[in-house]
Amino acid sequence: MYILASTQASNFVSGVDKAFIIILAICFFFLIALTAVMIYFMFKYNKKKHPKATQIKGSNTLEVVWTVIPTILVLIMFYYGWAGWKPMREAPEDSFEITVNSRMWNFTFQYDNGRRTDTLFIPKDRPVKLNLRSMDVIHSVYIPAFRVKEDVVPGSDKFMWFTAQNEGIYELFCTEYCGLQHSYMYNWVKVMPEEEFNTWYTDTTQQLASAQVESPTAAGKRIMTNIGCLACHSLDGSRLVGPSFKGLYGHEATVKTGGETRTVMVDDEYIKRSIFDPNADIVEGFNKGLMVSYEGQLTETEVEQIIEYLKTLK
Amino acid sequence: MQASSKIPTDVSYLEYKGKHKGLLSWILSTDHKRIGLLYMYSMMTLFLIGVVLGLAMKFELIAPGKTIMEAKDYNAVFTVHGVIMIFMIVVPGLPAVFGNFLLPIMIGAKDVAFPKLNLASWYVYIAGAFLVIASVLFGDGSPDTGWTFYAPYSFKTGTNMLPAIFGAFVLGFSSILTGLNFIVTIHRLRAPGMTWTKMPLFPWTLYGTAWIQLLATPIVGITLVLVSLERIFGIGVFDPALGGDPILYQHLFWIYSHPAVYIMILPAMGAISEIIPTFSQKHVFGYKAIVASTLAIAFVGYFVWGHHMFTSGMSGTAQYTFSILTFLVAIPSAIKVFNWISTMYKGSINVQTPFYWAVSFIFVFMIGGLSGLVLGALATNVYVHDTAFVVAHFHFIVFGGVGFAFFGAIHYWFPKMFGRMYDSTWANAGWLIFTIGFLTLYSPMFYLGMQGMPRRYYDYLEEFHAANILSTMGSWVMTLGLVIILINLFRSAKSGAIAPKDPWNGKTLEWTVPSPPPVENYEEIPVYGEKDGPYEYK
Ligand code: HEC
Ligand code: HEM
Ligand SMILES: [Cu+2]
Ligand SMILES: [Cu+2]
Repeated sequence: MYILASTQASNFVSGVDKAFIIILAICFFFLIALTAVMIYFMFKYNKKKHPKATQIKGSNTLEVVWTVIPTILVLIMFYYGWAGWKPMREAPEDSFEITVNSRMWNFTFQYDNGRRTDTLFIPKDRPVKLNLRSMDVIHSVYIPAFRVKEDVVPGSDKFMWFTAQNEGIYELFCTEYCGLQHSYMYNWVKVMPEEEFNTWYTDTTQQLASAQVESPTAAGKRIMTNIGCLACHSLDGSRLVGPSFKGLYGHEATVKTGGETRTVMVDDEYIKRSIFDPNADIVEGFNKGLMVSYEGQLTETEVEQIIEYLKTLK
Repeated sequence: MQASSKIPTDVSYLEYKGKHKGLLSWILSTDHKRIGLLYMYSMMTLFLIGVVLGLAMKFELIAPGKTIMEAKDYNAVFTVHGVIMIFMIVVPGLPAVFGNFLLPIMIGAKDVAFPKLNLASWYVYIAGAFLVIASVLFGDGSPDTGWTFYAPYSFKTGTNMLPAIFGAFVLGFSSILTGLNFIVTIHRLRAPGMTWTKMPLFPWTLYGTAWIQLLATPIVGITLVLVSLERIFGIGVFDPALGGDPILYQHLFWIYSHPAVYIMILPAMGAISEIIPTFSQKHVFGYKAIVASTLAIAFVGYFVWGHHMFTSGMSGTAQYTFSILTFLVAIPSAIKVFNWISTMYKGSINVQTPFYWAVSFIFVFMIGGLSGLVLGALATNVYVHDTAFVVAHFHFIVFGGVGFAFFGAIHYWFPKMFGRMYDSTWANAGWLIFTIGFLTLYSPMFYLGMQGMPRRYYDYLEEFHAANILSTMGSWVMTLGLVIILINLFRSAKSGAIAPKDPWNGKTLEWTVPSPPPVENYEEIPVYGEKDGPYEYK
């Protein structure tokens, strides 16, 4: 369990856990005390032992006492809740910024130098600011070990920040229900010492190298897996949220274009349009608005690699 | 009131033969008691559907990966489960069943102010329920948004949302009409001499609730209409792609749905406030404080909706204002608990089934309420929001609160409603098994949430497995208890021992009429003298 864990994975852990412990302590005290009193009364004033009730209609003193004491206690709890939360609201100027692109149903992390990953790599001991973007519906970024959570709302620019204080690998969940594969929308956070991170960050050869060795088909498959096409499109002919990719390329598709039904040939042109402007042609029997454009997220080369891969799915 | 001299006063409402026979004599009856039972039977049926869906979810979650259904079905199941349980069971719950049955009797009236409207509310309720069920059975896929219908997902998903949303809209009208009827009844039809401060506590809570129903429900109505328009015409109020604001949807939704929690819980508190004095044989402790706290909850409850949205995107000022108001609304609830427990002090406690339910109500309600403090504080809210912790919290409040009070109330008023006593051995056994099951089912969810498991999760990582197994086993134990309770009640209604007028030595007015009461309750309207009151034990 994270709460009460001694390791401080992020700078917010101590504030949040302090609030937790204080509130839980007060809660347990009242729960146990009041339950004990109740059970005691049940035995002590049972009608067998106490056949005649003493009529007492109330007591103003007591009413005041048990209004004032809880009021003070809740204000204390409010204070600790506020104190643990306040620093989350303002990210330091020198934070390392990463953009989180969320869509049904995956997160991708985009770095300033153009690097894109599906694991969040971050440096240790340096404030990190995540700029949260959603392409479709509301998602929520939740990293339990860091005690942070923020909804990702389409159309608004939101952020979250933290400083990771321990090396390690942590979970990142989507906590706002976002449809079919919501429970599979999780990624990993990898915290690295600053130096190691910098080497990783500036080392573009690794990416290039793998891109060179890889065949376009293999690259296409990797890209589609990483960016999440396969959450909606199957490779084996079964129907998920969108049509299957099996036997798609080179066959005819029935689509609705601006209200009119027509048949089109699935070629490079059509696939490109499907990826960059998916609502132009809507495949018969499927819904508009589920797939959103990958404009700015996939390069021309990447799309070509995807097409190469689709060609192999006979 | 339609006082007609032809209606006999020596025949109970169950045996009375009016214009119609058989089923028609029920579904065309404007007798508030029959309408109360109509609601009860409809709700029982819907509740059992909801329970089966809940069990199915828990069974799916017994292990990671697929157990019995696909993700698509799971999402539909929690949506329909939530919609049924909230809009059809706990929101109308106690007012529709016990409010209808008992309000007129407890304030010394022959019926509610508008008996025909009362029956119409039931039809509206049934229509809404059918719409929701239809959305599951017909069209292209069951609704899968969760009971909150959050934008923009609710107009993106390809499933059958419109009938479900319209169903929730229609159910709202039933609530509004019942609320209106109760407000007028309480203002106009109290027995002579029953001043406001002599009205029993259950009617008081119905009064608080009725105002919330009347004022808050229209907001959710218009919100649901807007979602439908967004879906059909793309009007762009909530859709960010068209310049709309999805957060606006959340505000509108919770402006209703938070007070709705108090619609649910106030009458439950009212029922507990009747049971405890009766079985303690003692005047209720702090009558005025309990009434004041009821009104305070109803009022402050309007201003705390933002606590559902601490991570959605609000200004910092809005966030801590909502946090502090949430803490303040906890105080009147605490005051009630203190007064209930003090009522037991120096009483002469007759430990019967309703009393067990009342005491366990206080226990689970405290757990629900105290866990609410964790959710009200900003730092901890951010951590556990939208995790299993919240699921545990609201089941403790709505199921623990409303459910336990409902079962307490049904055992308490059973002799009055059916004229027979329930079998107390089975009733107690059912209570014990149910309570153990309930705690085993939901307590692990607190732990899961603190471990970080998100809610509305079809599948989960291995680290969440152990607690889920325990929780699923709890659901079986609880269901066993539920089955025992229901079978016992059904059998007792048919063949239990004949109940006297006042089996518990209660002092509120319903114990002065025969069990079961005649159609118009009173031959002569009772009159409260100077010294009379609802809890005057000698
Ligand atoms: C959120 C679910 C979702 C994701 C993620 C998604 N799609 Fe789609 N896709 C759909 C739906 C629904 C349709 C059918 C409606 C339409 O034509 O817009 C579709 C249609 C298509 C079509 C046309 C298929 C045909 O039968 O004519 C292609 C090609 C396509 N998507 C490719 C992709 C690629 C490549 C990716 C990843 C970069 C992707 N999709 C990601 C949901 C999705
Ligand atoms: C047999 C009894 C019940 C069981 C086993 C059960 C179980 C569950 C489960 C497993 C979930 C899903 C949580 C998640 O997705 O993370 C859930 C959600 C929910 N339950 Fe229950 N529940 C029961 C009774 C009730 C009752 C009586 C109520 C109302 C008072 C209720 C109200 C809800 C609501 C509102 C949701 C949320 C649905 C949503 O997320 O949209 N449940 N329940
Ligand atoms: Cu999600
Ligand atoms: Cu609320």
